Amino acid sequence: MAEKKDIDPVSQVETTGHEWDGIKELNNPLPKWWLYTFYACIAFAAAYSVYYPAIPLIEGATTGIGGYSSRAELQAELTELSASRSGLVERIASLEVSEIQKDGELRRFAIAGGESAFKVYCSQCHGSGAQGAPGYPNLNDDAWIWGGSTEQIRATIAHGVRYEDDPDTRWSEMPAFGRDGLLSRDQIVAVTQYVLSLSDGATDPTVVEDGATVYAENCAACHGNRALGDRQIGAPNLRDAIWLYGGGADDIYAQIQQPKHGVMPGWQSRLGDVTVKQLTLYIHSLGGGE
Amino acid sequence: MSPSDAVREGSPDLPEQLDVEAINRRDRQQPLYASRKKIHPKRAEGTFRRLKWLVMAITLGIYYLTPWIRWDRGEFAPDQAVLIDLYNRRFYFFFIEIWPQEFYYVAGLLVMAAVGLFLVTSSVGRAWCGYTCPQTVWVDLFLVVERFVEGDRNRRIKLDAEQMSASKLGKRSLKHGIWLLIALSTGGAWIFYFADAPTLMQDVVTGQAPGIAYMTIGVLTLTTYVFGGLMREQVCTYMCPWPRIQAAMLDEHSLTVTYNAWRGEPRSRHIKKLTREDAQAGDCIDCNACVAVCPMGIDIRDGQQLECITCALCIDACDQVMTKVDRPRGLISYTTLQDYAENMALASRSDGAIDPSKVREPETAQKVRKTTLRSILRPRTMIYFAIWALIGVLMAVSVSTRGRLELNVLHERNPLYVTLSDGRVRNGYTVKILNMMPEPRRIRLSIEGLPGGVMTLPSAKDLPATVLTFDVEPDRLFSQSLFVVAHPRDLDSAQTEFTLTIQDANGSETDSYEANFEKGDEK
Repeated sequence: MAEKKDIDPVSQVETTGHEWDGIKELNNPLPKWWLYTFYACIAFAAAYSVYYPAIPLIEGATTGIGGYSSRAELQAELTELSASRSGLVERIASLEVSEIQKDGELRRFAIAGGESAFKVYCSQCHGSGAQGAPGYPNLNDDAWIWGGSTEQIRATIAHGVRYEDDPDTRWSEMPAFGRDGLLSRDQIVAVTQYVLSLSDGATDPTVVEDGATVYAENCAACHGNRALGDRQIGAPNLRDAIWLYGGGADDIYAQIQQPKHGVMPGWQSRLGDVTVKQLTLYIHSLGGGE
Repeated sequence: MSPSDAVREGSPDLPEQLDVEAINRRDRQQPLYASRKKIHPKRAEGTFRRLKWLVMAITLGIYYLTPWIRWDRGEFAPDQAVLIDLYNRRFYFFFIEIWPQEFYYVAGLLVMAAVGLFLVTSSVGRAWCGYTCPQTVWVDLFLVVERFVEGDRNRRIKLDAEQMSASKLGKRSLKHGIWLLIALSTGGAWIFYFADAPTLMQDVVTGQAPGIAYMTIGVLTLTTYVFGGLMREQVCTYMCPWPRIQAAMLDEHSLTVTYNAWRGEPRSRHIKKLTREDAQAGDCIDCNACVAVCPMGIDIRDGQQLECITCALCIDACDQVMTKVDRPRGLISYTTLQDYAENMALASRSDGAIDPSKVREPETAQKVRKTTLRSILRPRTMIYFAIWALIGVLMAVSVSTRGRLELNVLHERNPLYVTLSDGRVRNGYTVKILNMMPEPRRIRLSIEGLPGGVMTLPSAKDLPATVLTFDVEPDRLFSQSLFVVAHPRDLDSAQTEFTLTIQDANGSETDSYEANFEKGDEK
């Protein structure tokens, strides 16, 4: 190729010889710094693909001589994390919940762990803010069917409510007064009005007195003479403003006619002692703990 | 005619013509990409050189000494006058302490800097570039070192051309060594703005300072050495966006360093011969002194150009020569484009050529416009100054009257409200009290405007109160979760606005927050 250089007359720059419609391409070289940076990038890419997993194969990819894998890295980080917590977790395991509560650092750690465990295992029924829903208790308030002390909450979480797989589970069952013919329809209406009257909510005052009689004969045994409930046997307080299955006349009637009985699984066997204790402290911290 | 011919043929009593050529000489410009030509700026002497020494001393003094100034703020705050405490997110400037949420003061300073840039550039051109830009100041400093070690322009050119020898190696090592020391102390000074200077100094020397301190020193040492020592004018011409921005802000009334062609042209090395022959000769004797002193390596006689940082050293160089040849000073001077154009019109013949005699005759000489500092006073600059000063005054008023106690209240969103067994409704809040004073304070929190509303703390639910007292740490944010309880029958609407107020128990400072109370669904 003994061609002579084609120099563009205007810019005095050599052309590449490529021409389109009379326009020629100038042969301006790349700046050196750019070129060397580019070479450095190529060298880096080559070294990178040797050192790290880089080239996809049919099954998996090249492993790289550095032996790096993102799974191993994650595993190492998780191991490090649990190592950093080991002292705290062991102390939670060995202490009673009430003792954990007195230790500021341990309590904060337990509540934070309990909160994240709550989001995973409990929020499906109790809601992400533990605000509950009809049939699922609100855990923020100060009404507790089975008691609101740390030990009572722990026992409820550990063994569940009406959870047949756990012999220690909380169990209460209200008779189906209507379905099983224990009370007549009028009696149920009357006792519904009596229960409503306890919180000044009666809609038909004429039957309240009849209702009081029915109550004393059928309900007081569990719910108490003053209708304040009994946490030992899981009988709810009927005087307060909190109704698990609704506080309207229809709701109460339905519950006497044929009660609904919610079930909560026991978590001790699934989550273990430490997580249950953490959940306990989280629930207890929501504002209603006793 | 080559420059060396000119030296031989020039009149013997004219100052020597210097063998120097502008790096961007008009007729030899290359397209797009040009390799660098080394510049060997000659020492200049005169008014502007002295001004530049002064500015250099002041700016470097501020930079190196500021972190060492102490300022007593009591036992709960650092005693460094200027400190950017990134870890605790505080900025201290003498009597002013800025918290992150007060960052708008810094934004205000930036606005002032921007308007100030308009003001300075429209009145005195690229003064920032020429006098106070760190690049200019450090290059100037590095040039002093270079001149001290290797001698002035001619000696340096000779040294560059020499073969490497022990003496050349010695000089080079000494120069780069001093440069690196300056660069090191530049990087070293920077870190003291971010921590207690004496402590950090001790840590740095004993090797106990955090890695980021050494990294910062390293990076700044490198950039100072490379930018100030090696790249110099390349930074200004190719890397810096400022020249482009500033050039756009100049107008025909701005002061710029100008070669007054109307009295200088036609330039000649043979003024005497020309005068003898009754031919026209301007004041410029083409000695190239202005090119030789230029740190940017340009020829100001080519007119305004991007590379010119208006350091005015060519004015000093030219004034010196004009004094020697007994011509009036100011052949190169700070002039406005407007005055320049009018003087050009005065000096031009009908064919466009410059006839300096037209501005030398007494009656025309009177018409020559002399640029004075009064050109700064005109509506544009005064409006800029007014805006700049207004922002400054507003900020000063704002800083001196701002509160040092602040209350923020976050309503718990999940759940928004909780019905309690006695029928009352509870809302949860996170109360954040900002004690921005460097002293512990006792703060009273009170609730107003919520019928029957009381506050309880999660740790003591049984003690409802309408006033709570907290001891707040100095210069810290105090965060407390708080329950507010009220009965829905006392509330009219679903949402009730109420006021939480904090007050310094030992002082009068207060702040309040309007929060909302949700009464929830009625059962």
